[in-house]
Amino acid sequence: MEYLVQQLINGITLGSVYALIAIGYTMVYGIIGMINFAHGEVYMVGAFVSMIGIILMGLIGITWVPLALAVVLLAAMAITALYGWSIERVAYRPLRGSFRLAPLISAIGVSIFLQNYVQIAQGARPKPIKPVIRGGFEVMTSADGFTVTLSYLQIFIVLLTIALMTGFTYLITKTTLGRAQRACEQDRTMASLIGVDVDRTISMTFVMGASLAAVAGLMVTLYYGVIDFYIGFLAGIKAFTAAVLGGIGSLPGAVLGGLLIGLIEALWSAYFSVEYKDVAAFTILVFVLIFRPSGLLGRPEIEKV
Amino acid sequence: MTVADPAMTAAAAPATPLLAALKDAALVALVGMALAGPIVGLQTVDQGGALTLNFRFSDVALAIVLLFFARLGLALGERGMTVPSLGLAAALLVAGFVVPWPGELLRVLAIAAGAALALRGTLAIVRAQRGAVVVAARDDDDLRAARLRRLVSRGLGAALLVGAVLLPMMPFANSYILDTAIRVLTYMMLAWGLNIVVGLAGLLDLGYVAFYAVGAYTYAILSKTYGFDFWEALPISGLLAASFGVLLGFPVLRLRGDYLAIVTLGFGEIIRIVLLNWSSFSGGPNGIGSIPRLNFFGYPFSRNAPEGVTAFHQLFGLEFSPLHRSIFFFYLILVLALVVNLFTIRIRRLPVGRAWEALREDEIACRALGINPTNTKLTAFAIGAMFAGFAGAFFATTQSFVSPESFTFTESAMILAIVVLGGMGSQLGVALAALLVIGLTEAFRGLAEYRMLVFGLGMVLIMVWRPRGLLSHRDPTIFLHKRGGARP
Repeated sequence: MEYLVQQLINGITLGSVYALIAIGYTMVYGIIGMINFAHGEVYMVGAFVSMIGIILMGLIGITWVPLALAVVLLAAMAITALYGWSIERVAYRPLRGSFRLAPLISAIGVSIFLQNYVQIAQGARPKPIKPVIRGGFEVMTSADGFTVTLSYLQIFIVLLTIALMTGFTYLITKTTLGRAQRACEQDRTMASLIGVDVDRTISMTFVMGASLAAVAGLMVTLYYGVIDFYIGFLAGIKAFTAAVLGGIGSLPGAVLGGLLIGLIEALWSAYFSVEYKDVAAFTILVFVLIFRPSGLLGRPEIEKV
Repeated sequence: MTVADPAMTAAAAPATPLLAALKDAALVALVGMALAGPIVGLQTVDQGGALTLNFRFSDVALAIVLLFFARLGLALGERGMTVPSLGLAAALLVAGFVVPWPGELLRVLAIAAGAALALRGTLAIVRAQRGAVVVAARDDDDLRAARLRRLVSRGLGAALLVGAVLLPMMPFANSYILDTAIRVLTYMMLAWGLNIVVGLAGLLDLGYVAFYAVGAYTYAILSKTYGFDFWEALPISGLLAASFGVLLGFPVLRLRGDYLAIVTLGFGEIIRIVLLNWSSFSGGPNGIGSIPRLNFFGYPFSRNAPEGVTAFHQLFGLEFSPLHRSIFFFYLILVLALVVNLFTIRIRRLPVGRAWEALREDEIACRALGINPTNTKLTAFAIGAMFAGFAGAFFATTQSFVSPESFTFTESAMILAIVVLGGMGSQLGVALAALLVIGLTEAFRGLAEYRMLVFGLGMVLIMVWRPRGLLSHRDPTIFLHKRGGARP
């Protein structure tokens, strides 16, 4: 029982990270109807920028953790967002209106490029960093001495996720940019006719998705304490699975899907096998696509001729 | 209003494009600085168990200056100022050769940027001059050009084939050249197989290497554990790979293109993870070694054959040479690759091949015409997978070693890049692209670190410049109405 509670806590933490990445997939899919294949790599870049930021804070002597984290968070979001913006400009915008597979293939090119770029610039070896947020609560202890802990870091991750979700929901439902986004999702031509700057809206969507991925990267750097240039691949696929599971194109769906994938992964590792935990995510993806292709909260897709 | 004031345009024209180009270049340089600054400029280094930073700002600064001038040249060229653009190109080239750059990479980048700009400028000048003397094209010109193109592509194909057949007999053929040629042909075969799936049927399969792995492991286990002959194991490898194709394809082929891509990618990873972890079956990360190598229809390629067995060189009364095995493998893979090629050329004329091409062009129209999309796609998937299985068996017998290392996503991406580079659906294009990609990766073995970087960048650039393929693109075999022709 205590073990289960611990795994649920771990799963929700992991799920928050996946949810943040999944939002990037969902938003881009919603607006241009395409999977941003390089999004996992954007998250990886975010993790690296965060790690460099944390070390830099240590070097220049900012030791008050909340301030250091705030600075790193904002810098990572800004720089990673610029990566997202550049990817859209380089690999997506010139291919708008080209045939279906072209942007997907160019995005694969971007993801190969980013992986090797980070590998060359930062080295292939996993990078360990010292824990920044230490300590936690002991929630309960079982009869045989197993202690369930809820670390401050886990609380931080979940609270930050909730805060960002709230902010983004506001941004999308209440602001002009959000209205423009929803208009472009409905019909891009029509939106441009009534004066929506479609190019700018799409750019902003990439920027928003990338900055959320940067937060996920920061969280993972803090949580696992070790990252390497290859983390984007699997995390990207899992977050994509989360987006599909929740219903791609739906923001609450991405959060729900992320949490579910995180929980499933934590429970699978705990009760079945750690080696095959990634296989579990792929299997879920296939089953969701077979039995409920529109996801849990998604609307069925209408084919346009 | 339509007639512009000549004095005003004359005054504004020289200044504005220059300013705009400068602004453009400065913006790009700024973005480049923000992108590269933290990741390249601040290198994390392990120092006694803790990470610290190594500052490399001078390299980044030089790269940004380089980026600024390269972008400036490009922007000037785009605004019709070819001469300044060419001047910048020359300056970059000179700087690339003369300036003592801190790293070899920066020098290469400077030269590459200069060369690209020079090429672009020259092309612009050529195009401008040709534009001045252009004559309206007539219909028979088009016809003649089409006939010429067909002739050239046939001639090129035949020349390639003859060259391949003669290669092992050339005096310069050594084991390195033959091994490289075998690699080229293996990738060519894989790319032709994938071309059926991606090029003809328009299904993006990112897990193609999984079927290659199935074929290789099938052969490895059958021949090592059960003593199967290559020719017995080959069809089984192909069939097993094809059935994996069906197994995967059946549930997911109803999906749209992008979903299919991700699911196939996931499938490729599943196969790799299973091979990595199921040690009792696949040997885990160590793989399977000492797989029996193929012999010449029962005659082994060895200097000292065991008692009662005739070795290959004894059979033909030749001097023993280790090249014999490579030559045999070379011809074997050549034949296998040609089988795939001929199969594709023939099946394009059959109803199922035409259904693939039609599906690639417009799925909804096909469904309206009564083509069953799931079955049609499934055949493409299964046939493509089968050829990958054959290639896998061949790979296992030439290497006599298989491990999950050989079947990563990078391999899938490489094969896909060959198909895309060659031009979807074009057989000759794919053959040339396989030569180009494998040849270039061999040529840049010294720059191994940067190989994949350039590869990724190349994929993006090709898609942006020629989304339908660099070399050629095959239109559907038949049309109801000729393109551009009169429609009733």
